[in-house]
Amino acid sequence: MQNKQMPLIFEISKEGRIGYSLPEMDVPEEQIETLIPEEYIRTEEAGLPEVSELDIMRHYTGLSKRNHGVDSGFYPLGSCTMKYNPKINEDVARLPGFAHVHPLQDESTVQGSLELMYDLMESLKEITGMDEVTLQPAAGAHGEWTGLMMIRAFHEANGDYQRTKVIVPDSAHGTNPASATVAGFETITVKSDENGLVDIEDLKRVVGPDTAALMLTNPNTLGLFEKHILEMAEIVHNAGGKLYYDGANLNAIMSKVRPGDMGFDVVHLNLHKTFTGPHGGGGPGSGPVGVKKDLIPFLPVPVLVKQGNQYAFDYDRPQTIGRIKPFYGNFGINVRAYTYIRTMGPDGLKEVTEDAVLNANYLMRRLAPYYDLPYDTHCKHEFVLSGRKQKKLGVRTLDIAKRLLDFGFHPPTIYFPLNVEEAMMIEPTETESKETLDAFIDTMVQIAREAEETPEVVQEAPHTTVVKRLDETQAARKPVLRYEKEA
Amino acid sequence: MTFRYLPMTEQDKKEMLSAIGVDSVDELFSDIPEKVRFKGRLNIKEAKSEPALMKELSQLANKNINLKTHASFLGAGVYDHYIPSIVDHVISRSEFYTAYTPYQPEISQGELQAIFEFQTMICELTGMDVANSSMYDGGTALAEAAMLACGQTRRKTILISEAVHPEYREVVKTYARGQRHQVVEIPLNNGVTSTEQLKELMSNDVAAVIIQYPNFFGRIEPLKDFAAIAHEYKSLFVVSCNPVALGILTPPGNLGADIVTGDAQPFGIPTSFGGPHCGFFAVSKKLMRKIPGRLVGQTVDEDGRRGFVLTLQAREQHIRREKATSNICSNQALNALAASVAMSALGKKGIREMAVKNVQKANYAKKQFKEKGFDIVYDGPIFNEFVLKVDKPISQLSQHLLEKGFIAGYDLGKLDEKLHGHMLVCVTEVRTKEEIDQFVEEVGAYHAK
Repeated sequence: MQNKQMPLIFEISKEGRIGYSLPEMDVPEEQIETLIPEEYIRTEEAGLPEVSELDIMRHYTGLSKRNHGVDSGFYPLGSCTMKYNPKINEDVARLPGFAHVHPLQDESTVQGSLELMYDLMESLKEITGMDEVTLQPAAGAHGEWTGLMMIRAFHEANGDYQRTKVIVPDSAHGTNPASATVAGFETITVKSDENGLVDIEDLKRVVGPDTAALMLTNPNTLGLFEKHILEMAEIVHNAGGKLYYDGANLNAIMSKVRPGDMGFDVVHLNLHKTFTGPHGGGGPGSGPVGVKKDLIPFLPVPVLVKQGNQYAFDYDRPQTIGRIKPFYGNFGINVRAYTYIRTMGPDGLKEVTEDAVLNANYLMRRLAPYYDLPYDTHCKHEFVLSGRKQKKLGVRTLDIAKRLLDFGFHPPTIYFPLNVEEAMMIEPTETESKETLDAFIDTMVQIAREAEETPEVVQEAPHTTVVKRLDETQAARKPVLRYEKEA
Repeated sequence: MTFRYLPMTEQDKKEMLSAIGVDSVDELFSDIPEKVRFKGRLNIKEAKSEPALMKELSQLANKNINLKTHASFLGAGVYDHYIPSIVDHVISRSEFYTAYTPYQPEISQGELQAIFEFQTMICELTGMDVANSSMYDGGTALAEAAMLACGQTRRKTILISEAVHPEYREVVKTYARGQRHQVVEIPLNNGVTSTEQLKELMSNDVAAVIIQYPNFFGRIEPLKDFAAIAHEYKSLFVVSCNPVALGILTPPGNLGADIVTGDAQPFGIPTSFGGPHCGFFAVSKKLMRKIPGRLVGQTVDEDGRRGFVLTLQAREQHIRREKATSNICSNQALNALAASVAMSALGKKGIREMAVKNVQKANYAKKQFKEKGFDIVYDGPIFNEFVLKVDKPISQLSQHLLEKGFIAGYDLGKLDEKLHGHMLVCVTEVRTKEEIDQFVEEVGAYHAK
């Protein structure tokens, strides 16, 4: 990384420079005022930068050097599954036959795209144990909302308008309750027990005739498998509710256990996690949703179907929740996920899960002597440590995270889940080697020692990054959300 | 079998198992109840080598007709535009595309600054005060705008013009159903939204008036008139727009818009069979704390150096949970980066030149059709699309054009029976005079048959 301050692209702009080469103007030109009413012709130019092509390339190359990605180094960000993003995926997604197809072309001219989507749906059905899949949701949260809207439509179709409540564990991601609200539900929280699992007695207490669904991540956000899942499914189903699986964490279960077999009625997957769609600095993602039979009528339109050897979109679904997105989902991300599944095959995906879980348990056991491990049991693909031992020495989890930056590591997810004090949520993924894990362990051990011996080194970290800790309070109190040219 | 993405050797495995204190990997899965364990082998296709898979998927891609092999006159919300070569080179820097959301600002300054610049560019184009870091696409961005309006005004009715993209309207309706709001469509008058009808529909329960600019039929809507009507009832005025058109058109922010959304796909983003594209969302200052999605703000570090962070996060789901203004988390950051690069390449001059070329070429095509004796329906000022009346089934015409090397315009009969035999023709700056002339010629020849 470079230390130099980076100007904004607007600050290197110089009047008269250009960075484009538009197609020739080869038709006879008319006066623009004769084509557009005068009051709708822009009088003030948009303040876009004026820069040459090399200016742009240097600018963004400079910015890229101030950014950490999986290709730059270890990225054990819990719950985000920052595994390697295969390069063949990028090549396939850029094939002109995939990248430059218009969504409204006649179906007969896009059979290649439809075949890929259909085969991906078939694969996801098999991996999750569900009966049908839609590829439309653009991201995990969008998938959650789609799934919950289908559950609501299902209950309403049965006349169950009183089912207005969605139950989520206290360890759930913030998106779960947010998605429930956006789908028109109220959220109820179910407590965790002393083992970090859903408290079955509390679940029995909160379910009832107003229960629409229980939303669950399994393994949960502590990285623990909810081993009472069948009992939980029975409790919820007996009360007439549906079971929703937040499949952001599929990396831990492929080929080992399937949501459909555990009793889940709806599952969403984050193809940009388990299935190697790159995160892109925040997106785009893809959040397909799988459902059991009784929810199929409510799938968003259009539904991709196979008729003989042809593929087609079916819009004739009277009970559908409607359209949730223009066109058919983030196709480009789905291409990447499909390429990955085809690269790995059934044996590969199984090994992915085994290696991910082995890596996580190895890290957990090696770090446990130095950091507090609140739930001392085998984890799945991730685990949660607590920094409370270090907090007593005046070193917060935030400080530990910042200190890791000095060693070229992206820190774990911190202060989540909310039910663990000073939480550090660590997910190594299967694509990291033992050497990388060992280097991370050595660093974490060193930081634990620093917390005891030279706490200020940790408290004042990071020392080597292009900027030091940033003033977030100022950012929020006096928001500067865009560049303004100095007068 | 071994896999190139999985570095674990047998030796590693042995050492790791011993460090954990178990004999086998299976023990780590012992907490999964026996009854539900998956014991078979997944019934999916077998793994393929890199070359074999590349070959197979290239063949699959070749089954599609694409915009590189055919000259396209199809738009309707997704457009074939000039993509500067530089765009893909920038977004292929893996420091950008293999990064997560920039939660650790000290090692994410590149992404954060790039988004800050994107926010600025969107503000500049739309004439608005604040823009977020992106939404999934133009359709869901518009739906979120409608939800914001209902929340802000505490009202439950959304008025949306029938000249808003039909798929966007459907998405708005689905979101509205989620939150129990109602959507009412505003009828048209000769291809633009009827001000008279809007006036009749207005009431003190209207949260938002939604207009598309230019509208689905290519027409430039008189935004000013609608803004006045909306504001008379203290409703929010929401505009869904094509950002390229704003290179030449007066920005909605100058015409009274409270929220401006759209899709930045025309800026450097391939059509990609409909996604991923890049929604954008801009608001006036008074709605800043209600905007959904991520916002990047400028601040300073401990040494006073300028830096960027995600800010005003109290709006967002990971903090607010069920009280968040939206459930969005992942957005379209990489596509926002692509759009930023394309907007930087175009710059102040290029954006106008590109917009003008769309207007000129589309109007040229329209004129050529008229000279051939065709009717242009909903005729009036347009940006880069217009409605051509053909009087023949569009599906057959499209097939004929395909054989001649063209992707035809959108068959409006699919939406509305009254519009059978009508085609929405799109002409962007990438169509040459030769292509336009041939296209007009072929449509004319087929029509005369």
